[in-house]
Amino acid sequence: MLATGPLALLTDLGRPGLAHLGVSRSGAADRGAYALGGRLVGNPPSSPAIEVTFGGLSLRAGTTLMLALTGADCAALVDGRRVAPQAPFYVGPGQTLTLGRPAHGFRSYVSVRGGLIVTPVLSSASTDTLSGIGPAPLAVGDVLPVGPTPDHEFPGVELVGLPASGGRLVLHARLGPRADWLADPAALTTQEWTVTADSNRVGVRLSGVALARSAETLTRELPSEGVVRGGIQVPAGGQPLIFGADHPVTGGYPVVAVLTEASSDALAQARPGDQLRLRLIDR
Amino acid sequence: MPGRVLPCGERALLIELDTLPEVVAVASAVREWPEVIDVIPAAQTVLIVVEHPSGLPALRRAVAALMARDLHSAQSAPESRRITIAVHYDGPDLDEVATLTGLSRAEVIEAHIGTDWTAAFGGFAPGFCYLSGGDPRLEVPRREQPRTSVPAGAVGLAGPFTGVYPRSSPGGWQLIGRTAEVLWDLTRTPPALIAPGDTVRFVAVDRPGQ
Repeated sequence: MLATGPLALLTDLGRPGLAHLGVSRSGAADRGAYALGGRLVGNPPSSPAIEVTFGGLSLRAGTTLMLALTGADCAALVDGRRVAPQAPFYVGPGQTLTLGRPAHGFRSYVSVRGGLIVTPVLSSASTDTLSGIGPAPLAVGDVLPVGPTPDHEFPGVELVGLPASGGRLVLHARLGPRADWLADPAALTTQEWTVTADSNRVGVRLSGVALARSAETLTRELPSEGVVRGGIQVPAGGQPLIFGADHPVTGGYPVVAVLTEASSDALAQARPGDQLRLRLIDR
Repeated sequence: MPGRVLPCGERALLIELDTLPEVVAVASAVREWPEVIDVIPAAQTVLIVVEHPSGLPALRRAVAALMARDLHSAQSAPESRRITIAVHYDGPDLDEVATLTGLSRAEVIEAHIGTDWTAAFGGFAPGFCYLSGGDPRLEVPRREQPRTSVPAGAVGLAGPFTGVYPRSSPGGWQLIGRTAEVLWDLTRTPPALIAPGDTVRFVAVDRPGQ
């Protein structure tokens, strides 16, 4: 590991099934991009890979490796020569993979054929940035062992499209368990929201015109209850927070709507300052 | 039975209930259902999460059927784990609890060890469980000034609950004792000594390491 960029984490599909003990699932923020990377290099599901936040990663290969870069396109170079994202490529012994800053999007996944060998914590290689469970964030000088090449047949992978880029993000959500705590749930959809700088894997905070509480809930307090990734929570101040992969397992503010799974992945590509819109769908 | 099933995205339902015994009963009933990957009981709700959105319609049907049943008959179905925790009752708030409850120190201890407690729901920190259903005479308010540091293994009371701090942390519960049991161990499967649904019994020992 020659450079990590702002934040590089080991990741997989996380640790489901422990939420009742207070452990969030964690795992890849953009699950679709992570899973695609694993498929492109023929790994079994949940092989450990690297989640790169806003590019800047640099790795030197100790041996010939097959890699794939998915998620935000970071203008990947191997010894200075451009390699295409969304497709497998080789890096030879001593060659260096360098990721630039993505023109669009926020998180990229570097998958290695054979997967990275990581000592799992509670059966997962993922770093939970809220609880600190899992491996430490990657650091310069780290050496990442690569597992043996999978012996199953290499899967056929059709052409993979490039991730959507540039256009304004539109996230789809359904009304959630506490929609009745808002005076007007439609107010979620009638404005542009700005992603704030204190957004991270725990949650994305949005800034806009504050959402008003419904009159009958103004003096009520909600006992803490289980929350899900993609849940749109509205604290008393009226500025929403959307739970990410490392969200706390319970929350004490009303969750008024919940993103679709696809939109929760898409939100992982939003960067601070990005503007987005929410759209409510019925089913 | 009363209760509301609330939508919670493509992979979950939130069930709102009136009483904590109903929460415990629903959480126990749904825990072993196929497709269900997470069950998160809380004070008045149970969140049920399935792995794939395709499992949600079946979950919705199964929950509707469960809610139509008498939950208290459903409660006895799954066998709960029994956990015994040895406690040295020397907590700094034992006298305060005695004053608040009108009991002697010995009676506080007897009340705490005298009944089974049910692990109702987690929260606050990984491995922490709110244990309910104990002797109602032990109901006390939290401390007016929370402590900035409570040691791991401290046994406390707050409201109708008792609980054991899984790690050193700030805390406002009335501390009546401590245990040498390790409540949370990442190298253990499962990592938590106590999980929601478990039945917990405390026993008194002379030294915390016993």
